[in-house]
Amino acid sequence: MTISYQLKRADFIFKNQNDWEDVLSKSIKRTPQDLINELISSELKGRGGAGFPTGLKWKLTSEITDSIKYVICNADEGEPGTFKDREILSMVPFKVLTGMAVCGHVIGAKEGYIYLRGEYFFLFPELNKVIREFEYYCKEINFDFTIRIFMGSGAYICGEETALFESMEGKRGEPRNKPPFPSNYGYMGKPTVINNVETLAHTYTIFKYGAKRFYDLGVQYSRGSKLFSVSGDTPKPGIYELELGMSLADFVEEFGDGDTKAVQVGGASGFLVPRKRFNETAIGFQGKLVGISLPTGGSMMLFNSSRSMFNVLDNYLEFFREESCGQCTPCRVGCQQLLKGIKAVKRGEKNTKYLDKLLRLTETMKLTAKCGLGQSVANSFSSIVENFREEMIY
Amino acid sequence: MYPVSELIKNLADQHGRNRHNLLPILQGVVEQEKYLSEYSMIEIARELDLPASEVFGTATFYSFLEYKKMGKYIIRICKTITCSMKGKNQILLAIEDMLKINVGETTPDGVFSLLQTNCLGFCHKAPAMLVNNEVYTDLTPEKVRDILSSYLKKQKEGGSHDN
Repeated sequence: MTISYQLKRADFIFKNQNDWEDVLSKSIKRTPQDLINELISSELKGRGGAGFPTGLKWKLTSEITDSIKYVICNADEGEPGTFKDREILSMVPFKVLTGMAVCGHVIGAKEGYIYLRGEYFFLFPELNKVIREFEYYCKEINFDFTIRIFMGSGAYICGEETALFESMEGKRGEPRNKPPFPSNYGYMGKPTVINNVETLAHTYTIFKYGAKRFYDLGVQYSRGSKLFSVSGDTPKPGIYELELGMSLADFVEEFGDGDTKAVQVGGASGFLVPRKRFNETAIGFQGKLVGISLPTGGSMMLFNSSRSMFNVLDNYLEFFREESCGQCTPCRVGCQQLLKGIKAVKRGEKNTKYLDKLLRLTETMKLTAKCGLGQSVANSFSSIVENFREEMIY
Repeated sequence: MYPVSELIKNLADQHGRNRHNLLPILQGVVEQEKYLSEYSMIEIARELDLPASEVFGTATFYSFLEYKKMGKYIIRICKTITCSMKGKNQILLAIEDMLKINVGETTPDGVFSLLQTNCLGFCHKAPAMLVNNEVYTDLTPEKVRDILSSYLKKQKEGGSHDN
């Protein structure tokens, strides 16, 4: 069972942004309906990891009647192993700003915010300058849209969209219950579109070249290209734009060091794929590919045979324990117990069957945790424990 | 009036006095003072007409809003997976050895604080650290000693002007 899709490089995101004035002024002359149709036919899905169809998101928000709406660019890039958004914001910021402004035109919002993680404060001065220039041009063409940067302060959970709104409202970054969804009730309770940095940069490509150019890349259900942040045991760590739908085997062939034991797809909240599964795993959104297809925010971490999977899991769990916001019990207590549990098994204080108990605990977390953080701990935990059980034990 | 009260008033004038202006004000105080004292938090609560407990609750949620006294330069070493795999502990030991402090401590002269932090987003250039807002990547024990020496030098030169 092999996937025939080859690894194909693409080059859209970092291509020059010099024609942004042109793309913006032409786009805002089109009707919102026209732009939404273009986005929907491109089949662009959110590039932050969750993969919600972008066109649909804009459409839903545009259908709500309210005099105040917001466009928010989620630049709280905190998933371990992800570093593409920073690169986009420093290399081609005008694409992101243009995407935000066009979104404002589509949904009827006059204000946009970029929620920038505190760790990236060094981007602030330059980005602010770029925004000034952008706003100046908007004024020149009589298009009413402003953009502000809102700084985060070191909290992974604020990348969750509703936690991000809470944070912007001056509160603890604790996720809200959904529904209501941001398209109805977002920042300050107003209809809000919140998109990842990369998603907005892709809308630029779509508005510039048309949906077909984007749609022609990738495979069914996973259209277009995507930036991948490659790190770990690889001779060439860095950021690469690739078409979606490639098999993990091809990916490892290109980026591995010849001794790749496993790849973590999608960061600490994603899945660990062992070598024996490389051939049957594709990188893209859930669909009808042969074998398993894994969505990803672009984090690809490679591990070679010198790495202990116990240490890897230990590191992830410590991360989750610290970054859990603490408001719901399954996540707050679950993360602590999982970490304590694997350490106890490793030291021989608990017998090996205890691992199955812990696996059941992750199932409970998946069902009962309030937001994606607590729900996704199960992903890495079960994929590591099930595939490398022996390494957990002794 | 304490200088920090004036700072808080200025920040409130600049950002506004609504609840959604709280984070920028907290960040502004931390940028100047390096931490939020109990006094600052109460002052902010007074200025924004919020319960002090709300300000405390919000401030302590965020890992970059320190509420213990910190040094002039806060060193944050990334401890997440790739940095950890690529020798984060060696960097940590080199710093502890050089500054004679452990993680979580501040040098007696109040110049450096040493902390660990979660993923900084430089996994392709691991290990990485922040010194205040400045990023340093591809660290080695030698490199980190050079970096801190340059801060010490800057501190000595700057110090004579300050006093």
